[in-house]
Amino acid sequence: MADSGADLANRTSPLSGFHGGSSTVRLEAAPPAERISLRARAEDVAALSSALGVDLPVRPKTSASGNGRSALWLGPDEWLVIAEGNGGLMQAAKNSGALHSATDVSHRNTAILVSGPGAAAAINAGCPQDLSLKAFPVGACSRTVFGKVEIVLLRTGGDAFRMEVWRSFSDYAFGLLAEGAQDAAV
Amino acid sequence: MSASSNSGTFRIKGAGRLTPARTARFTFDGKSYTALEGDTVASALLAHGVHLLGRSFKYHRPRGILSAGPEEPNALIDVSRDAARRQPNVRATVQEVFDGAKIASQNRWPSLKFDVGAVNNLFSPFFAAGFYYKTFMWPREAWVKIYEPFIRRAAGLGVAPTEEDPDHYANRYAHCDVLIAGAGVAGLTAALSAAATGASVFLVDEQPEVGGALHYDTATTIDGQNGYDWAQATAAKLKAMPNVTVLTRTTVFGYYNHGFLGLVERVTDHVAKPGKDLPRERLWQVRAKKVVLATGSIERHMVFANNDRPGIMLASAARTFLNHHGVAVGRQVGVYTAHDSAYEAAFDLKRAGVSIAAIVDCRADPGEALLAEARALGISVLSGHSVTDTGGRLRISSMTVARNGGGDARKIPVDALIVSAGWTPSVHLFSQSRGKLRFDDVNQRFLPNIYAQDCVSVGSCNGTDDLAELIDEAIAAGGGSVALAGENRFEWTGGMIGAAEGAGPDTTVKAFVDFQHDVTAKDIRLAVREGMHSIEHIKRFTTNGMASDQGKLSNMHGLAIAAEMLDRPIPQVGLTTFRAPYTPVTYGTLVGHSRGELFDPARKTPMHALETAEGAEFEDVGNWKRAWYYPKRGEDMLAAVNRECRTVREVAGVFNGSTLGKIEVVGPDAAQFLNLLYTNAWDSLKPGKSRYGIMTREDGFVYDDGVVGRLAEDRFHVTTTTGGAPRVLHHMEDYLQTEFPHLKVWLTSTTEQWAVIAVQGPKAREIIQPFVEGVDISNEVFPHMSVAECSVMGVPARLFRVSFTGELGYEINVPADYGPAVWKAIWERAEPMGACLYGTETMHVLRAEKGYIIVGQDTDGTVTPHDAGLGWAVSSKKPDFVGIRGLKRPDLVRENRKQLVGLLTKDPAVVLEEGGQIVADPNQAKPMTMLGHVTSAYWSENCGRSIALALVAGGRARIGETLHVPLKDRTIEVEVTDMVFFDKDGGRIHG
Repeated sequence: MADSGADLANRTSPLSGFHGGSSTVRLEAAPPAERISLRARAEDVAALSSALGVDLPVRPKTSASGNGRSALWLGPDEWLVIAEGNGGLMQAAKNSGALHSATDVSHRNTAILVSGPGAAAAINAGCPQDLSLKAFPVGACSRTVFGKVEIVLLRTGGDAFRMEVWRSFSDYAFGLLAEGAQDAAV
Repeated sequence: MSASSNSGTFRIKGAGRLTPARTARFTFDGKSYTALEGDTVASALLAHGVHLLGRSFKYHRPRGILSAGPEEPNALIDVSRDAARRQPNVRATVQEVFDGAKIASQNRWPSLKFDVGAVNNLFSPFFAAGFYYKTFMWPREAWVKIYEPFIRRAAGLGVAPTEEDPDHYANRYAHCDVLIAGAGVAGLTAALSAAATGASVFLVDEQPEVGGALHYDTATTIDGQNGYDWAQATAAKLKAMPNVTVLTRTTVFGYYNHGFLGLVERVTDHVAKPGKDLPRERLWQVRAKKVVLATGSIERHMVFANNDRPGIMLASAARTFLNHHGVAVGRQVGVYTAHDSAYEAAFDLKRAGVSIAAIVDCRADPGEALLAEARALGISVLSGHSVTDTGGRLRISSMTVARNGGGDARKIPVDALIVSAGWTPSVHLFSQSRGKLRFDDVNQRFLPNIYAQDCVSVGSCNGTDDLAELIDEAIAAGGGSVALAGENRFEWTGGMIGAAEGAGPDTTVKAFVDFQHDVTAKDIRLAVREGMHSIEHIKRFTTNGMASDQGKLSNMHGLAIAAEMLDRPIPQVGLTTFRAPYTPVTYGTLVGHSRGELFDPARKTPMHALETAEGAEFEDVGNWKRAWYYPKRGEDMLAAVNRECRTVREVAGVFNGSTLGKIEVVGPDAAQFLNLLYTNAWDSLKPGKSRYGIMTREDGFVYDDGVVGRLAEDRFHVTTTTGGAPRVLHHMEDYLQTEFPHLKVWLTSTTEQWAVIAVQGPKAREIIQPFVEGVDISNEVFPHMSVAECSVMGVPARLFRVSFTGELGYEINVPADYGPAVWKAIWERAEPMGACLYGTETMHVLRAEKGYIIVGQDTDGTVTPHDAGLGWAVSSKKPDFVGIRGLKRPDLVRENRKQLVGLLTKDPAVVLEEGGQIVADPNQAKPMTMLGHVTSAYWSENCGRSIALALVAGGRARIGETLHVPLKDRTIEVEVTDMVFFDKDGGRIHG
């Protein structure tokens, strides 16, 4: 480590300073989080789940949360695991001893928190998924599209979503959400 | 003056549903009028006795209002709020009046009443069907200079606005269990039924209010209630249900695969002062599990001589204007019909105090019930008669009536003529859904037959005319149960398709079939005579049904005339396919949010703001914004680039390489996988080392390149070109999943995880040294092509000793959020040492000085690694890799292939043009034998002369030869050289 704090690099989030929304939608940049892209075969899911402290979901469009960690099913052998703050996810996965690939994508993604009674409508300005609670209940997640960019969408509450997006697409996503939020309020 | 007379002298007191006190002012061609709220432009103008609204497409004939709905072919107007908010080709029968609307007629010059283009009418024989194909064949240049401009001006519709559209448009995706198109009796009933089951329901109607035919049909009662009132009450009930969405002013314009529908909602077009937050229109993209089509029917006009004069309109339209808008379409109204429904219109008008000149019914026996009612109202009926002509210039003044089969004609003065040839079921959406129609011979109409999707048609679009039957059908379609009883007056009967009496002879008579494209009955007959026997050919030859109304009124008439000429039954002649959109949709709606900054994502690196602050000019690379060069005050691009190039080689430069594609390849079989994807061998690469790799496709041609670092036995950090990142990952994933699924390896895009700060030049090590911890970066321990995981400014980093400049160089990868801080610290240290920031242009020049290729610039998809001088990167020991067989194809191993070489101009000051063709003998006859082309060309400040790379046939064997690059005005002499122009022995990179 460098000797003094002054030498340490500061973080600059891609969406720092972004605020938006409407009377029915609140948009905010999520705080920094640790994320890994986790890949593994079915036979190694149990060991990884136990090492991560969260049950890796095995059904499409589902997620699991616990211990400050969320695991989002993205494919038959693929999960996005998100931890609040610095969760030591890489190490935890390594400790499982199971065959897997864990890649740190904490900085690749950023997230926008979308909440309020118009949240689903705002997201539906660019996302073709059915966001009714029946089709997309709390905890549902999907790697999908939002306008021209790819996102991972997680429903965190009846009126609340977390939109994960690659950092260079985040201002586009935020801008489109802002227009969607405006239209969701009329 | 009372409010009602103020809003037009043809407004009938007590008639209609509009409120006399609520008025709106608008102008038509500059003249001011008062309308009532709820008026369409058509009803408001008719209330003031204005029937002349425009000129026709081809002959510039005066035209009026034919319908009261979206099927309108004639009354196209230009609507504006201000200079930028202006839309041409709006149907006056759909556009609601708002206070302050400026309406203008179209396709007339200098004025609507006196139009020079009407001369086309006199020369109409010249404009017969197919005239485009026959007349203007040659000379070719005349198309550009004379014919096309002339035709465009003469035969046009409205004029597009030139200013940017200041309105915004919204998009919304939605899903539902049942979508119901059309909110007349059938649609409303189906919605009630579906909603009762708890299903999520979309009920969509293009009109401002629900009700459909109940707008004009005042004789229908439902559950003992006036039909229109029942409709409004039902809509209110439906709107209050949480599972129902009712959208009015919304057109289902497209029915695509798998229950996907396009809807356009007109949000503000009827509002005088729309709120800024409101979109003008909203596109709904709806996925419906089931679709109920309740789209109703469209009345047809009668085809007879001069049937297009202003004042001639559909009977149902006259009835709508009377019963909904409270407007009489004339004071002395004639009726010409082949169907009962026109009688209803005549009766309503008569009861409202309008004089009916006569009902002319081409049928011999209209039926006693109708005749009795007509008698009771004092209306004379001429059955077995036809209208054979009309008089009047800018509006109809008379109809000429004669007994069918000949007899004395008599002229009856009228100021309006309402017509009905019967009803055409609206099967457009059904047809768009790929459903197959059948021909109902008895009633001469096409009806839904075989469904291609989960869809059902109800009501008159399904040929269900009886109200009780219709209600039962709609309830069943909704899937629920509702108790509802309806009652209406008549069983409507009759109708005809094709030309009526008096639509000939072909030499002179203009009996219009398609009003919007000025197609007459004789045009269709001509098309058949000229050999068009398929309706598809007839349509294209005559353009019948090809205007923006898509032949909603004309298709059936055109088909019947063609069938008669061909002496074939109608189903054998066929019906053209209906296409989306059902009615025109604005570009704004389709574009939606995708404009301005949301047109396309502009990808910015973490250091973008810092680069901007340092004065960088940016260039687009794919969607990325990359710093191109950093001009200092007074520097142009060349001066800046020259300075940057010199400084990097003399001191050092700092470069943002963040956009470089990065893929993490992880797993026990990672090396084996890379062996298969790259031409190089990877087993021998030790952790902590990196290697330049070439990727070919199966065909053996170079696909991408990049440096690959091995971080651990089972983990590689792969870099790709900036533009190649997504496709290279897909390419790798494709092979992994389809060809090598047995390999235990996974791929993850990490392009955006890392901010990349390249420091290149003799002082590079000195610059980065104080920031790096956890690795000895001395030349001995950390030589060229080393890689290490370490710490930079306390941040976990990946450090590459790598160079794309030929200098001592490092690429520092830090987690992207830390990029700006690390960049700033490095630049603050580098600047006082005399280093520079450099952009992509300098990067390009420096790499060219070293003969390093750029895939996609120096290669073009036909270049092998050997062609590019990279044969050394192709392993001869590996048993397999993607491209190994392609590289053995005879054409890829033959002599004299184009090879990448260097070019030096004989005059060192001359910089070649990239793309310039290369020949051996500049004096040979044209076309010359091309040997190849220039792929890269720059001024090299470090070499003190121009340099270039080129693909040249047999290039390496030509080194030392003089070749030529002929340009338009001169020929440049060049010498073929090797590809390295600077530091030929390559010592600097190891510095």
